[in-house]
Amino acid sequence: MPAIVGERIQGGRLGDSVTRPDGTAKVQGSFQFSSDLHAENCLWGATLRSPHPYARIVSIDVSAAYRINGVEAIITAADVPGKPTYGLISQDQPVFASEVVRYVGEPVAAVAADHPETCRRALEAIVVVYEVLQPLTDPELAIDGSHPPIHPDGNLIRHQRIVCGDVHATGDIVVEGTYVLGMQDQAFLGLEAAMALPDPGGAGVQLHVATQWLHEDQKQIAACLGLEPSAVRLTLGGVGGAFGAREDISLQVHTCLLALRTGRPMRMHYSREESFLGHVHRHPATVWMRHHATADGHLVKIESRMVFDGGAYASTSSAVLINAVTHAQGPYRCANAVVDGYAVRTNNLPCGAMRGFGVVQACFAHEGQMDQLAAACGLDPVEIRLRNAMVIGDRLITGQVIENVAPVERCIRETAALPLPDEPVGGHDHDPMRLPGGAGRTADAGHVRRGIGFAVSIKNLMYSETFDDYSTARCRLSDGVVTLKFATSEVGQGFVTIAAQIARSVLGVDEVRLDPIDTGVGSAGSTSASRQTWMSGGAVNAACLKVRGLLFDHVAATHGLGADSLAIDGADIVNAAGTFRLAVDEASSGVSFDETVEYRHKPTEDLDENGQGDCHTAFAFVAHRAVVDVDPELGLVKVIQIATAQDVGRALNPLSVLGQIEGGIAQGLGLAVMEEIIMSDGRVRNPSFTDYLLPTFLDMPNVVVSLIEEPDPIAPLGAKGVGEPPTISSTPAIVAAIRDAIGKPLFRVPVRPIDIIG
Amino acid sequence: MSDGIGLNEQYTLHVNGEAFSVCDAWLGESLLFVLRERLGLMGSKGACEQGECGSCSVLVAGELVCSCLVLAASATDQPIVTIEGVAPLGSPSDVQQAFVDAGAVQCGFCTPGLIMATHSLLERTASPTESEIREELSGNVCRCTGYGRIIDAVQRVAVNRRSAVQ
Repeated sequence: MPAIVGERIQGGRLGDSVTRPDGTAKVQGSFQFSSDLHAENCLWGATLRSPHPYARIVSIDVSAAYRINGVEAIITAADVPGKPTYGLISQDQPVFASEVVRYVGEPVAAVAADHPETCRRALEAIVVVYEVLQPLTDPELAIDGSHPPIHPDGNLIRHQRIVCGDVHATGDIVVEGTYVLGMQDQAFLGLEAAMALPDPGGAGVQLHVATQWLHEDQKQIAACLGLEPSAVRLTLGGVGGAFGAREDISLQVHTCLLALRTGRPMRMHYSREESFLGHVHRHPATVWMRHHATADGHLVKIESRMVFDGGAYASTSSAVLINAVTHAQGPYRCANAVVDGYAVRTNNLPCGAMRGFGVVQACFAHEGQMDQLAAACGLDPVEIRLRNAMVIGDRLITGQVIENVAPVERCIRETAALPLPDEPVGGHDHDPMRLPGGAGRTADAGHVRRGIGFAVSIKNLMYSETFDDYSTARCRLSDGVVTLKFATSEVGQGFVTIAAQIARSVLGVDEVRLDPIDTGVGSAGSTSASRQTWMSGGAVNAACLKVRGLLFDHVAATHGLGADSLAIDGADIVNAAGTFRLAVDEASSGVSFDETVEYRHKPTEDLDENGQGDCHTAFAFVAHRAVVDVDPELGLVKVIQIATAQDVGRALNPLSVLGQIEGGIAQGLGLAVMEEIIMSDGRVRNPSFTDYLLPTFLDMPNVVVSLIEEPDPIAPLGAKGVGEPPTISSTPAIVAAIRDAIGKPLFRVPVRPIDIIG
Repeated sequence: MSDGIGLNEQYTLHVNGEAFSVCDAWLGESLLFVLRERLGLMGSKGACEQGECGSCSVLVAGELVCSCLVLAASATDQPIVTIEGVAPLGSPSDVQQAFVDAGAVQCGFCTPGLIMATHSLLERTASPTESEIREELSGNVCRCTGYGRIIDAVQRVAVNRRSAVQ
């Protein structure tokens, strides 16, 4: 693979490392994020949140708050005109808690005032009397029914069993473990922010918001406001990262309600502490697995029990759970399996989507198991994975056949072949910054141990289980200029770059304009599930192809040619015989073609009671190798290098792919050794960047990358989504490397100093 | 009606070579808040409010600081430079252009702070080692990129500036 080098390409086509169209605005500070929006006569909004994980609301008194100069409105559950609840899959989450609060941070009221400080004082002046109840914080108590229901929908969100093959099969070698994952936060930098502009007379509202899915927000907001969806118009406010945390409603309904109540433009911004409380997180999970294998290391059977703590409301827990149980085997052949998965409701923080979506939890467990198996069989960690690597035609434990492209063995072999770091412990120049503990200068290089770990994963792409998954795009061509319109959330991943590349490639134009991203066109679906390059890329491609067909018909008619003989060559239209050449600019002069297309992927099936069914659309694979240095006395870890070979289908923009890989690995590293929302008794102990530790420049190692390009024939552009896989197996690879360094088992992430020392 | 928060402070800030009168302000406002909400300079970003992430980095009297931790009314007699003062709109600085070219920008929320920190670093250390870049920029958190392309961008600027001198 040639080196990926970013060059200044502004008009590039598919396969080029084109730079971002919003890049210059972003580096100059002129790009408008949702928190940068402003309107004349604007008010500030703020949210009053529950201090208790579980309590009955006895009374709410807002009279003292109303007496503060500058306070314009205070709203509670009584002021929600439409549906009192929202939610992505089931609408079980109140806009404001009315009778009961179910987690620390649940919204109880909201205020509008002239200044953020006035808002803060107004919140302090609202008197809420609570009757504190015994919270349910242990997920096992939600499964066994020993705790009374904390919600009318009950404490079990979903149970799914997978039974496959011979459930009585046994292997010569049996290994088992219980793997625990802490709660991870998406920790995007651009905090939740929105601005709502009320229509005169309250007939509707315009909302500018950072979100992953404009149309789903529109549907849920309109229902809560008691308005038609068409009366609630959404425009994407610049998004400062998402990673799953912007798929659910947070401040959208509150901002609109306050704008409609006051008749004035309304801005709401979360603080960092509020953000930790105010969006869903990665599910903390406990995953027990027992692997049976032959003496030579071939998998015979997998048994697993998975418990996912969904927190107080359902969000996407049921879909996260399905991803976890259906990926229990990892990218390995296995004919027999019994898997039970539970997603439960507790009085902990609500959990939902985060990059990797259930597969992160399954992968940490199955990769720990593969290393245990390797040790039990006397095999190298790479060798045991090669022996079991899935190939095209293999079946998942759901019965679904892996089709088209499955370069698992290539991922493993290419990762293993990437060069190891040549630097010794502490670097060539004995730089203490290269040691575990860094600037703390705590480590004695002579005691530091190096370890190497390996992990592989499989990740489904797009939505599953019969969801009607589609994306819409509109393409207009006039006078050599293409204008694209879509509602695809650009969250930083670079869809805006790819979209223009597609249009240039299909239509031979140079200039591509992007219309504002809003609900003025059909839904694009969510920017999640590694789906937008495939889905919205597919929609843009299809719309451009339709326009190209109209252009060819026009050229054929005006020049007496067969439309079928025409093709794009560079910036020109040519015929097959080589006798005709006309610039697209000229051909489209004075005419206009305009097409809107909905793209759908192939339908999926539901799982039956035994977890059988073709519930997923497509898959991507990746391998990671981690090299770490560990100070076994202080329990400190320095990740030295990550190597990875990733199945990307086709790299439409190699520089952009590299950015997704490095960024995804950073989040996997965070889960491995740093990041955890620490909860006790339903309370969050570390809702700040001082106490929730994110990887910095000093924590993130260099990444060595190999892109595996085997275009997927069912992908519209051959390209697979690349965002999630880097986050999935990087975590277990790092943990495996730490185990290798210190020679002891580790079953929990993040790995804490006490886990290494204790 | 109880009193509000007292929006009655008046002072002058010197930002990007220009004097700005701040009127009817609350004394407790941070420099970040005043830059953004009173002067309309939205390029500096707030992401942690604790000086942990560097998104709000500006220069005060030549020093790189987190503007979320500076009381605006305490910065009245010192020259302040924000991201808007780095280069005219549409004419990015070498650091800004390198960030675009190297793929160092994804969501871009951390980017203005990192541009300020990188300019400051390269003023002090023309040819930083990779280790120095990591240490110097470690006060700026990026959640999207994993930092690799940012380091590449900084190294490109250092190389280009050296070759321009020679």
